[in-house]
Formats: sequence, C-alpha cells, structure tokens
Amino acid sequence: MDIYIPTPLRAYTGQQATVSVEADTVDAALAQLTTAHPELKRHLFNDDGRLRAFVNLYLNDEDVRYLPEKQGTKTTQSDALSIIPSIAGGGGEARYSGRC
Amino acid sequence: MLRLSQLVMNSLRLHGEETYPHECCGVLLGRLSDGESSVQSAVRAGNTRIDSAHNRYSIAPAELIRIQREARVHGLDIVGFYHSHPDHPARWSATDLAEAHWLGCSYVITAVEGGRAAQTNSFRLVGTTEDDKQFIDEPVEVAVPEELRP
Repeated sequence: MDIYIPTPLRAYTGQQATVSVEADTVDAALAQLTTAHPELKRHLFNDDGRLRAFVNLYLNDEDVRYLPEKQGTKTTQSDALSIIPSIAGGGGEARYSGRC
Repeated sequence: MLRLSQLVMNSLRLHGEETYPHECCGVLLGRLSDGESSVQSAVRAGNTRIDSAHNRYSIAPAELIRIQREARVHGLDIVGFYHSHPDHPARWSATDLAEAHWLGCSYVITAVEGGRAAQTNSFRLVGTTEDDKQFIDEPVEVAVPEELRP
C-alpha cells in the first residue's frame, strides 16, 4: 500500500512523497514506514508511542481515529494511507477599533 | 521567498473580504525548492471553527486530503496556507504558531479592516521539531501579468 507523506516530513523520507509498504494493518504500515525512515518516528509519535494529537491519519477517505479498530484496522495493498498534520490558527482576541 | 501571481494574491485577499467578519482559510499549491515556494494556485477551504470564526480557523483534514489528492494529479504540492485576520493585524498570533505544524511551509495572513483587505504578509514556519519551530518573515514576490508590464 502507498503512504502519502506531507511536504514537511519529506525531509525524513529522502524527499519521497509516497512510500510503499506491504502491511496488513495501519499499525504495521506505520511500523514499516518508521523502520525504513527512523527519523520520522519522533515527528509522528509522542514519547509514549502514541500518535501526536496534530497528526491525522486517513485510510483512503476515513479518519483512522474514528474507525472501530483504529490503528489496528486491516489494510490491503490497494489502500492508501495519508499522513496529514492539522491546519488551524487565528488572530488574537483584540478587535479593530474602527476608523475615526 | 514566496512567489505568486497577482491573480492568486487577489484571490486570497478577496476571499478574506467575502468571509468578513469571519476568518477565511485556504491552501497554497505549488512547488517548493531551496527554501523558495512558487505558488501556482490558492484553493479555498471551509473554516470549521464556526464557534469562533471571527478569530479562529481550522481546515477539516478530509478537505485537506481531497485538496492534496487533486494537487498530486497536477504534479503540485501543498506549499503553504492562507487565512485572514478580521480587524486584526497581518501578523502571526500565539495561536497561529501553536497550531502550525507544516515546517518549511508558508503561512500567509491578510488583515481585513472593516471588510476591506489591507496588508498581506507571509511567514515561513522554520525549525526541526515542535520544540524549536518559529515563524520568520518571508519576502513575497508578486508576478505582474505580462500584459501589464512596461
């Protein structure tokens, strides 16, 4: 199966945008990915081994967090796993005072 | 350096005016090389922060997946993001930095004052990890359309 690597993490995959692995679960796919590219590990997982909160994993069009078996979900070679860090932010609390 | 066309610049600024007094947000597609981003298009995204849309934005990961998939078809990458600051300066906020995770990418912010787009600035997220990341001011080069060149 193909794992799609987001732009900021390609520095740790030799600039590869897609990494192919043979794995039968999401967890196994991630394990293969981080074995082949060890520097990715600290960017994807916390010290306790859990996926970082801002890292989203999508198996095809499904958010892995909401799949019944989560990262234990079975996969096939035709599946695609996307790693997608979250995008959010916003201005402060101060409000524009308007023109005179 | 962030390079983009006047058309793309106009498009993202107009988006901020259209969503005022709420924040707009979108994705910049293009190519990234040697620390320079060349933007080909700006793709509008929905702001999921309807609870506080005047000063917060968030793009649904499912929408990002869709945009990334379309970008791949055209041989493009996600090179940055844009959003607006309604009635707030075009400077990154503490929230912007805390919620920024795309190291090496550009974050473009447009101040929208009273419904009109004002200053637009770009900031590149640099660093190697969440612990040392920071925003640096990024020069923006807007390409003038050929027909308007002297």
